[in-house]
Amino acid sequence: MDMSQIKDAVVPEVDVAVSVRGVSKNYGEVEALKNLSLDFPRGQLTSLLGPSGCGKTTLLKIIAGLLDATSGEVEVNGKIVTGPGPNRAFVFQDFALLPWASVLRNVAFGLELRGIARSERESIAEKYIKNVGLAGFEQSYPHELSGGMRQRVGLARALAVDAKVLLLDEPFSAVDEQTRRKFQEDLLALVQNENKTFIFVTHSIEEAVYVSDQIAILLPRPSRVSEIIRPSGFRDKPVDQIRRDPEYLDIVDKIWASLRNYVE
Amino acid sequence: MKLFGRKLPAMSSLLLWGLLWEIIGQLEVTFFVPPLSEVLVTLYSIIGTKAFLKALSETAYAFSSGVVISILIGIPVGILMGTSRIVDEILLPWVNMFLSAPLTALVPVLMVLFGFGMKSIIITTVLFAIWIIVLNSRAGVMQINRSLVEMARSFGASKMDSFVKIYFWAALPEILGGVRIGVIRAVKGVIIGQLLISIVGFGALFELYSANFLMAHFWAVLLVLFGLAFSISEFLAYLERRVAYYAAKR
Repeated sequence: MDMSQIKDAVVPEVDVAVSVRGVSKNYGEVEALKNLSLDFPRGQLTSLLGPSGCGKTTLLKIIAGLLDATSGEVEVNGKIVTGPGPNRAFVFQDFALLPWASVLRNVAFGLELRGIARSERESIAEKYIKNVGLAGFEQSYPHELSGGMRQRVGLARALAVDAKVLLLDEPFSAVDEQTRRKFQEDLLALVQNENKTFIFVTHSIEEAVYVSDQIAILLPRPSRVSEIIRPSGFRDKPVDQIRRDPEYLDIVDKIWASLRNYVE
Repeated sequence: MKLFGRKLPAMSSLLLWGLLWEIIGQLEVTFFVPPLSEVLVTLYSIIGTKAFLKALSETAYAFSSGVVISILIGIPVGILMGTSRIVDEILLPWVNMFLSAPLTALVPVLMVLFGFGMKSIIITTVLFAIWIIVLNSRAGVMQINRSLVEMARSFGASKMDSFVKIYFWAALPEILGGVRIGVIRAVKGVIIGQLLISIVGFGALFELYSANFLMAHFWAVLLVLFGLAFSISEFLAYLERRVAYYAAKR
């Protein structure tokens, strides 16, 4: 699929929160991303899906401002990204928790870096710890928690800074399958209740289709957006009805059909 | 350790060695080893004397200044080396060289440069202690989980924030290990400095006692020194155990 068709797929009057325009990223000779453009509608969850090595995490880190693009630009709420900023918060694949700090301090860490007074940031952190279902674990340390609980801490930390855009880098890939399903349901509720834009990197087709308002399929070498899919029929259904919805199953099959040639 | 099903208290091997010392001393094998009991009696008699307290305070002053300077310079330099490739390339050969250099041979040069006083003794102490602290801090920083650094950056951490809130704590188990070994080396440094540069502190006592063959006195002071070094090192080992819970999970 070429660029003109992609343009057609994006509904023009959609309110765009994050806009990636012509971004390329080279590592020496290797082109990780080539002239990639993509819009992320406000208040929705967009997945970046593709085979490993397709540059989805690279793209996410460029949006986060953790990596510099070789060319092109990223705009978040109308402002060009030049580095990390308070309008974005990142959730890490390996949780990236401070092992020497309690859950409370970990969740408050983003606020701590912003110089917010201790009592204030701790009361905010306590609220979000409760929200992610970890009440009672405020004084625990990360090594005392299970993988799933640790990622809840990582999520609470990202929510606590109240950024408008949440960047999630394969956040559930290091937790077990059952925890993962619970996370996906919680994520859907989060998208519903919080007025935030979610950008979600995953390599799981089912996961992407299950949680996304918009799925961008990235193909590798060099990376480009090959297709944008917007599931419409099952988004408002109850969480336990989605996986048996015919549209859900069709989209999963269709994505697999287009990705299978790229899997080594 | 257990013996005949009973748990022995920590360091009970010292009792065995103490007993052996006493027996050899009582047998009068050599004037060099007086009985332990005699040493302890001598220790008790000199420990309150003015000369001893003066030596103790002079030594403690040089030692603690040297250790504090080594820590205050060594840890930041080590962290800097661990984070900056260029700084590392420039400094690493020197650090490795000084770590293995026969520093005693440098002491006369220090005397020429810094005189015969306390300053040279403190610098000698620093030269003994600092390199292992630098190397360990560097090693601690180099094994840090990269995503912790990225995490801090993504939440807006400045360079200084990263040093103080991430690198230092992530490297703390190694840093404490380095400080513990550095402190032990500083004990050596301060005594060598006192012996070679100006005859003050415990160095002066060692000189005085060995020149006059007062072996009981000599051993008594050595026991005090060992006791002090051991307590400091055990205290640091205790701190290391306090952070051990996350050492394996960074």
